[in-house]
Amino acid sequence: MACVLEAPLRMSVLSEVTASSRHYVDRLFDLDPQKVLQGVMLLYLLQQETSSTELRTECAVVLGSLAMGTENNVKSLLDCHIIPALLQGLLLPDLKFIEACLRCLRTIFISPVTPEELLYTDATVISHLMALLSRSRYTQEYICQIFSHCCKGPDHQTILFNHGAVQNIAHLLVSTSYKVRMQALKCFSVLAFENPQVSMTLVNVSVDGELLPQIFVKMLQRDKPIEMQLTSAKCLTSMCRAGAIRTDDSCIVLKTLPCLVRMCSKERLLEERVEGAETLAYLIETDVELQRIASITDHLIVMLADYFKYPSSVSAITDIKRLDHDLKHAHELRQAAFKLYASLGANDEDIRKKIIETENMMDRIVNGLSESSIKVRLAAVRCLHSLSRSVQQLRTSFQDHAVWKPLMKVLQNAPNEILVVASSTLCNLLLEFSPSKEPILESGAIELLCSLTQSENLALRVNGIWALMNMAFQAEQKIKSDILRGLSTEQLFQLLSDSDVNVLMKTLGLLRNLLSTRPHIDHIMSTHGKQIMQAVTLILEGEHNIEVKEQTLCILANIADGTTAKELIMTNDDILQKIKYYMSHSNAKLQLAAMFCISNLIWNEEEGSQERQDKLRDMGIVDILHKLSQSSDPNLCDKAKTALQQYLA
Amino acid sequence: MADAGAGSLHGGDAALPCPPEEQELSQRLRRLYPAVNQEETPLPRSWSPKDKYNYIGLSQGNLRVHYKGHGKNHKDAASVRATHPIPAACGIYYFEVKIVSKGRDGYMGIGLSAQGVNMNRLPGWDKHSYGYHGDDGHSFCSSGTGQPYGPTFTTGDVIGCCVNLINNTCFYTKNGHSLGIAFTDLPSNLYPTVGLQTPGEIVDANFGQQPFVFDIEDYMREWRAKIQSTIKRFPIGDRLGEWQAMLQNMVSSYLVHHGYCSTATAFARVTDTTIQEEQTSIKNRQRIQKLVLAGRVGEAIEATQQLYPGLLEHNPNLLFMLKCRQFVEMVNGTDSEVRCFSARSPRSQDSYPGSPSLSPRHGSSNSHVHSTGADSPTCSNGVMSTKSKQSHSKYPTLSSSSSSSSSSSPSSVNYSESNSTDSTKSQQHSSTSNQETSRCKPVPVLLLWPRLGGSSPEEYYDALVSNAELSHGTDAVRAQHDSLHRSSAVEPLLLPQPADDCSKQLARPLVGEAAAPVNTGDSEMEMEAEHYPNGVLENSSTRIMNGTYKHEEILQTDESSMEDSCPQRQLCGGNHAATERMIQFGRELQMLSEQLCREYGKNTVHKKMLQDAFSLLAYSDPWNCPVGQQLDPIQREPVCAALNSAILESQNLPKQPPLMLALGQASECLRLMARVGLGSCSFARVDDYLH
Repeated sequence: MACVLEAPLRMSVLSEVTASSRHYVDRLFDLDPQKVLQGVMLLYLLQQETSSTELRTECAVVLGSLAMGTENNVKSLLDCHIIPALLQGLLLPDLKFIEACLRCLRTIFISPVTPEELLYTDATVISHLMALLSRSRYTQEYICQIFSHCCKGPDHQTILFNHGAVQNIAHLLVSTSYKVRMQALKCFSVLAFENPQVSMTLVNVSVDGELLPQIFVKMLQRDKPIEMQLTSAKCLTSMCRAGAIRTDDSCIVLKTLPCLVRMCSKERLLEERVEGAETLAYLIETDVELQRIASITDHLIVMLADYFKYPSSVSAITDIKRLDHDLKHAHELRQAAFKLYASLGANDEDIRKKIIETENMMDRIVNGLSESSIKVRLAAVRCLHSLSRSVQQLRTSFQDHAVWKPLMKVLQNAPNEILVVASSTLCNLLLEFSPSKEPILESGAIELLCSLTQSENLALRVNGIWALMNMAFQAEQKIKSDILRGLSTEQLFQLLSDSDVNVLMKTLGLLRNLLSTRPHIDHIMSTHGKQIMQAVTLILEGEHNIEVKEQTLCILANIADGTTAKELIMTNDDILQKIKYYMSHSNAKLQLAAMFCISNLIWNEEEGSQERQDKLRDMGIVDILHKLSQSSDPNLCDKAKTALQQYLA
Repeated sequence: MADAGAGSLHGGDAALPCPPEEQELSQRLRRLYPAVNQEETPLPRSWSPKDKYNYIGLSQGNLRVHYKGHGKNHKDAASVRATHPIPAACGIYYFEVKIVSKGRDGYMGIGLSAQGVNMNRLPGWDKHSYGYHGDDGHSFCSSGTGQPYGPTFTTGDVIGCCVNLINNTCFYTKNGHSLGIAFTDLPSNLYPTVGLQTPGEIVDANFGQQPFVFDIEDYMREWRAKIQSTIKRFPIGDRLGEWQAMLQNMVSSYLVHHGYCSTATAFARVTDTTIQEEQTSIKNRQRIQKLVLAGRVGEAIEATQQLYPGLLEHNPNLLFMLKCRQFVEMVNGTDSEVRCFSARSPRSQDSYPGSPSLSPRHGSSNSHVHSTGADSPTCSNGVMSTKSKQSHSKYPTLSSSSSSSSSSSPSSVNYSESNSTDSTKSQQHSSTSNQETSRCKPVPVLLLWPRLGGSSPEEYYDALVSNAELSHGTDAVRAQHDSLHRSSAVEPLLLPQPADDCSKQLARPLVGEAAAPVNTGDSEMEMEAEHYPNGVLENSSTRIMNGTYKHEEILQTDESSMEDSCPQRQLCGGNHAATERMIQFGRELQMLSEQLCREYGKNTVHKKMLQDAFSLLAYSDPWNCPVGQQLDPIQREPVCAALNSAILESQNLPKQPPLMLALGQASECLRLMARVGLGSCSFARVDDYLH
């Protein structure tokens, strides 16, 4: 007992010492097991109901100080199950004790080694914390801080939201304590992030007669601390992206956007610049008007070029500490700049031009594509992808800088998230008018793309087949053969039976592109005719939407354009019946596509046209043509008349 | 009253009868640029019809600009400047131009140019000329070739131009969006300028007539915060101790200067500092000041002569000023020479037993020809120590006449003994309390110094108070403390009414206490807490210059208390004998003036003073006449300050307290900054640091 009586005194001394001296704290958790015991003892004392509240409070304070030490300290404390012990402590009535426990919990939860899931293991914990929010400004500060650090992803957001986080925390935004206001604001920024439900709720909440968006806008004022401006801009950004605030609302256009642009300026800290650029990229990602405004605000495009100048040559020589700091942030800065460039150039051709005209821009992207950091590579590819939507740039800068080379390199062995964007970019580079097309083909693109079509990842399959489709468009014979060979008929069939309609459509598009110009059609049909006809039949018989069937009929029309390939249709009564059926279909698009087939089959000047005309007349096609020539649809009418003329000649 | 005072700063526009939109403009400009002295540096309000090229037409109050030339090529370009250059004291200046019509080609330039730059050009093409052009979106920095800067602009767009006079940069805005820095290293005194070049081009300017599209005030907030944090973070480093000592010294010297003896002592004790001046010396000065402020100038002059022999003789101008004031106070009925006739101040009669017997003597001395004149009225109490007699030997007539009944007044004996007789003090208190206690105006200095202290003023203050409570000066400091709190409640109320109430409430208990015969340091301190002859700073710092300061709020309280004690004001208190004495005194004063004129040559200041004083008699109700302001008790304060400074100077002590000197220097520094074009002066105003 004597020990216990003495304890408070020693504890308070200890807590003072530990708070001020990290070295001491670290030594407490030496490898020496004796010392680890101290933590266990403190925990034991903390939990003893027989201990006085003062003693237990001191214990919590000292544990909090220990948690301020290295990550190893926190790990050891976690191993001792400190979290349940402290949570248990929150049930006591004494406010000082609760505050000490919360402070300690806060310190533990903000450590990167603590799994945030620990907060959610017991459902009653969250509601108890919500209840404690009213106790004092310290409980408010610590609890908000715990929430904002432990809210990762939609599941956590939903749990907190369902426990009334919005209502409980909203009024803290007008607290007299800056720390409370700031932590509450941070809570909202993580709660609303990419969460439409929370965002839609926030927009209608009011505190002291003022709506939250108005409160956030006040926090954006330029004399407020940067941290506050940035965090409230994040809240407003989430609300805007969720559709809770219109993109043309003045609080977005005249307040949030300019604030985020300011965060990108050289005057801000590197961390702030990264966060500012990323948030801005997210805000303007899908709205061309916001992209235009951002592009003219404070020379943002030029300002971003500065993000690539770290570590600067000056810092490398003069200041080791600064070099270290710069290096740490260099990757983050670059990827943030790429992201923002990608958003800026997503839709507007003029902006893309301005971006590419920025000093060394293409070189930077090219370098970015081969950086070791996945984040930077990904962002660089995204940026390239955004810029690759410009026809003009594809023909000029992209060609001058041979971007396809590093892009092809990125596509080798890259993680899926990069592959998706990179292959998508490749799709653009393989467009018919792009001068990059040839060299890309020469560097083994077909093989690569074919392998993508086998991916588990849907987006990759789509991009793979899409790129092949683009590649086959008006391509030479050899390429087409290479594609067919590379893909293999099995894979082609696999794709035609893909559950995703996008994959199916692009595969059909590929087939259509392969089957163009007569010699190519005949050549391909001579080698793969049987399989292709099978596939066509299958699709026409299957349950597919109009677009798919139309595309399939177009393929048939292409086949019908071949010289020898025609026979594959003419000898296939099943197919002929199907064509006939679609001529009378209720959908005009399908009728038109079917008519193309017929038209190609009965075309006069070609060899054996008479036989084919006769066969089709016997099938009753001419009757249908007559009927269609009376159609109200001018396209159908014209086409039918042209076809009938073939019979007259 | 205070409002009117502030308004006089911008008298240029306030004086004119303005239409409402003009008033709105004035209001907005004043809010945007509070540091600008518009009398000295007027703000641009419209385009100048004189400073433009022929091809420019102006309309709509010189705000709309249209092109009326041929517009064939760049030789037909034409510009117009605003009426005035941008004053540096704006700190951040902003105007907007709306493109009403882009005309044929939209070759419009918006920007800045110095006076004298060729107007047959678009802004930006020449030296000291800067522009942003609508057709190509380029910026032109004193050059015929532009740099890519921003987007193009055309009909319907609102282009803003912001000049940052702190770092001498300029940026533009388009429809409320900042376009980024366009120019750096701008010279000073640039005029807002627009230029047009093709027919049909029309633009409208907004110099503050309308709310701006761009949120310029938010930008100003940022810079205000920046500059204030620079001030706040001004490095003092290891000189911290020195810093603190200096601040304490400033406070202490301020207290000493104004004679807040007990407060100063308490402060010195708490802060462990020493006071240079001797206690008795401070108390003497305090006593003299109280007399002046109570309107008992005659006694004050006498006391001065006794305590500081030779002082007034060496300062004839000061003496003359005092005497003029004494005359005014006689009219007022407050000077003891006339007061002693009045039946309505029995207390003062009691405490001046010698006075009644004296006046007949003065009456009889009417026939005396005071050729020197200088000192004669000061013997109103009839008392002169031998010391003072010696010092007066220059004026033989005077001293002989005044010395006759010198031993009759106990108070004079006390003076010469220079300290601490109860009766004197209480008597003084009682007689002055009417005036003094009404001054509920607190010590500004205590509010001021913690601010200057920087690091943790509140803690420091708390420490000061808690320490003081342990020590003897508890009540003293508490009184200060109380007054601080009162002040914070009272001060924002510039309206006369609440201030009156306050003064009345405060006055009563304090009168009682002061009148009590107990003469401890405490009661005196209470007095001090309420009574700050010079301690009141005008709200507007621009008036504080090298330690001269006035206060007008007090006027309200004073008047009210005056009315409290004498609802009907009459010449010399309504007493006939007193009036005669006053007239007699006036003659003496006239003679003194003539004598000074002979000795030192003409002095227009004296003449004016005398004229003003005598003019009072020309009106049936001097209090409500064109020169009636002289009777205002507030007018005692410059006199009091001058006397106090003269005494201090004679003792080889600084005639201004360092605090006021610093304050004056800071204000003057800001003014000089404005004059030499340093814009940061607008966000570092002394007002911001005074409460």
